[in-house]
Amino acid sequence: MPTTPPPDDVATSDASLALSAWGDRIFKGLLVASALAAPALLVALLWQLLSGAAPAIGAFGFSFITDSIWDPVAEKFGALPLVFGTLLTSFLALLLAVPLSLGVAIYLTEFAPERIRQPIAMVIELLAAIPSVVYGLWGIFVMIPILQSSVYPFLEANFGWLPIFQGPIYGPSVLSASLILTIMVMPFIMSVAREVLLAVPAGQREAATALGATRWEAVTTAIVPYAKSGIVGAIILGLGRALGETMAVTMLIGNRHDIAASLFAPGYSMAAVIANEFAEAGLGTLHASALTYVALILFAVTVLVNAAARLMIWRMNRGAGK
Amino acid sequence: MSDATVHLRTDQLSAMYGKFSAIKNVTLEFPVNKVHALIGPSGCGKSTFLRTLNRLHEMTPGAWITGTVELDGQDVYAPAVSPIKLRRRVGMVFQKPTPFPTMSIFDNVAAGLRIHRKLPRTELAEIVERSLQRAALWDEVKDRLKTSATALSGGQQQRLCLARTIAPEPEVILLDEPTASLDPQGTQRIEELMHELKTDFTIVIVTHNMQQAARVSDTTSFFYLGDMVEHGPTKAMFTRPKEPQTEAYITGRFG
Amino acid sequence: MSRIMVGVMITAVIVAVLPLFLILGSLIVKGASSLSISFFTNTPVPAGEDGGGVRHAIVGTLLIVGMASLVGVPLGIAAGIYTTEFKGSRLATITRFVADVLNGTPSIVVGVFAWTVVVVTQGHFSALAGSAALAVLMLPMVMRTTEELLNLVPITLREAALALGYSRWRTSLTIVLRTALPGIVTGVLLSVARIAGETAPLLFTALGSQFLSYNVDRPMAALPLMVYTYATGPFEEWHRLAWSAALVLIVVVLVLSVIARVVTRQRFGRNV
Repeated sequence: MPTTPPPDDVATSDASLALSAWGDRIFKGLLVASALAAPALLVALLWQLLSGAAPAIGAFGFSFITDSIWDPVAEKFGALPLVFGTLLTSFLALLLAVPLSLGVAIYLTEFAPERIRQPIAMVIELLAAIPSVVYGLWGIFVMIPILQSSVYPFLEANFGWLPIFQGPIYGPSVLSASLILTIMVMPFIMSVAREVLLAVPAGQREAATALGATRWEAVTTAIVPYAKSGIVGAIILGLGRALGETMAVTMLIGNRHDIAASLFAPGYSMAAVIANEFAEAGLGTLHASALTYVALILFAVTVLVNAAARLMIWRMNRGAGK
Repeated sequence: MSDATVHLRTDQLSAMYGKFSAIKNVTLEFPVNKVHALIGPSGCGKSTFLRTLNRLHEMTPGAWITGTVELDGQDVYAPAVSPIKLRRRVGMVFQKPTPFPTMSIFDNVAAGLRIHRKLPRTELAEIVERSLQRAALWDEVKDRLKTSATALSGGQQQRLCLARTIAPEPEVILLDEPTASLDPQGTQRIEELMHELKTDFTIVIVTHNMQQAARVSDTTSFFYLGDMVEHGPTKAMFTRPKEPQTEAYITGRFG
Repeated sequence: MSRIMVGVMITAVIVAVLPLFLILGSLIVKGASSLSISFFTNTPVPAGEDGGGVRHAIVGTLLIVGMASLVGVPLGIAAGIYTTEFKGSRLATITRFVADVLNGTPSIVVGVFAWTVVVVTQGHFSALAGSAALAVLMLPMVMRTTEELLNLVPITLREAALALGYSRWRTSLTIVLRTALPGIVTGVLLSVARIAGETAPLLFTALGSQFLSYNVDRPMAALPLMVYTYATGPFEEWHRLAWSAALVLIVVVLVLSVIARVVTRQRFGRNV
């Protein structure tokens, strides 16, 4: 074996070496440029929302979210009913979806026969693949007629002493929007909660069982407490989804700038008002600016909510890592 | 120019991860056509040392070195030296077999050759066949060269990696615990190969297994807590160790 | 106690699974009846008349989603490669965080963004603006999947290539990316499926149209937009068409998802 490579080898490999060195430089440059795309987009997004909303911010300031009058003709804009509608529908949706999805997640990770775990999880996750507009369509033509003919009269007859179930029954209403949202956020919460529960070390389970706990006791005393912050994270992630959900809510909430005590009454949401009015608002009008202001608020709220959710999940994973 | 029989040497070599020194001031020489074993307990720095020799160490974020590594009298860490070119002269086989899963057996062996230079098809096939023969794998795979390399057994995969490493004709072969994940039969095949291959290559092997070091190597270096404690002919080291730590290790009192 | 709770949970599973079957059932019952060859080859007829099809919307969705993918997919994959190749770097940390923020951003807000950037600049609605909005939604999705899948490739494989004298770019592309490719293809298909169903970001960008058009600089129809317009419109005939269009949309989305899974099974197999 010679201790120096033969000359022809040196020549050829030097040419390909130069290529490698240049290749590495170009490669890294392209990657850096691509990696910069996301932060650049976020900065541009924030900037565009801020500058678009600036006229409305100047005109209304913080009273924008405490005023209730929305009148494009008189150029008076107050977003309280929108904020209220968004928060109320999201809250109701979580109220129903959380027990449901946690029940499913716990069943699928702890109790279900091994064979059916994966298929059921897949079926539920397929729900998340259905486009929002299809939920809206189904809500209008299938869900609402059923609710209007049986469920809502039943609620009024038996719980009519509650203010939230009083008054005339509308099809498109806060309650209808909340119910469709429930179906839509359920698979999200379920699949994140399931992942979180799967990440609980087997030792936790075995330790509880070794102490004589039943399977259900093991769940309540060892597994859920261990996964608590991850589960809270899953719920908050679901909240983020619900807050920003647009099409199905727009099609089912009734689109009325109003705050009513009854859940049977129509309402409005932040995303829905943008969907309905933006195309007609016209370039450079205060109306368009007010709608951008709404988008800015929606964006800020969802960013905060998502950051909180990631923090919770991250905290649990760090705990699990030890 | 240094002594022609000494191919590879390190001088006062230290390797760091951030502020942590994995090895400290190691000075070693590796004469040509011999098998050199690096032994020591886990975490002693022997693998890190091996990875400084082909500059793989520096690919870990935060990793750096001081001191020098010389190949044929040239400092391989000099600014003008390309690590890619170095690695074409210093091949390496890892603890777990690393066949490229998307490539066939043939393409795996040809992988290193293809990036070095364009070869005519027949010549490429010849080199692949010769490399597989030298790795004692040819008879087992000659009828299925186009099939995926992942279908091979662990021992076969490791010999395939050896064939892939020797195909471009490096001068030095680094082996990082090459038999750690193999069964006794696979281990024996690799050990036999080392005897044959040292006529063409300089071999540096890291091993956890002292019997293996005793069986295959000509010289042995004992590492402990980042220091190179003792270095010498294998036979002497295993029969009359000079340092008390070496003696403790090879008689099984720790590690 | 355990037994009661299991009963409660099984009920929850049934309640959770039910909507999927109800929705798919309604789509088939109400949508399949008006599916015919002419439904796919015709464009809309004036309101009140019978017949009319979705050819314009299918073409529009293909064009709008195709253009969005052309930008979003390569950019997302490259960004994903960056965040795995240079894991520890500050830019990687920032990019990863920003991708999560963008992933959680409501698609309607991204629509507003595309409107201010493209529609306002151009002075009119266009398919291009719709594609821009969808590309922004796609980028972080593709990036995160790419990153996840590249992280599954054993680090020893990368080192083996480097030790063989591979340069960094060659290692990344021909060994690491190539090994993870089947999974990345799956991820890309799933994100295309998600994007194809998006309506909100198209409302005031692509706007929708009643005519077959290939001019991406003009307003253009898309399946989800058509479902929305027809579902909320006043005519019976429109509602019928909305169901059929929704059925087509859901079939496209589910077929993409199923293809994605089949690709993974076949090519991903034993390794990684």
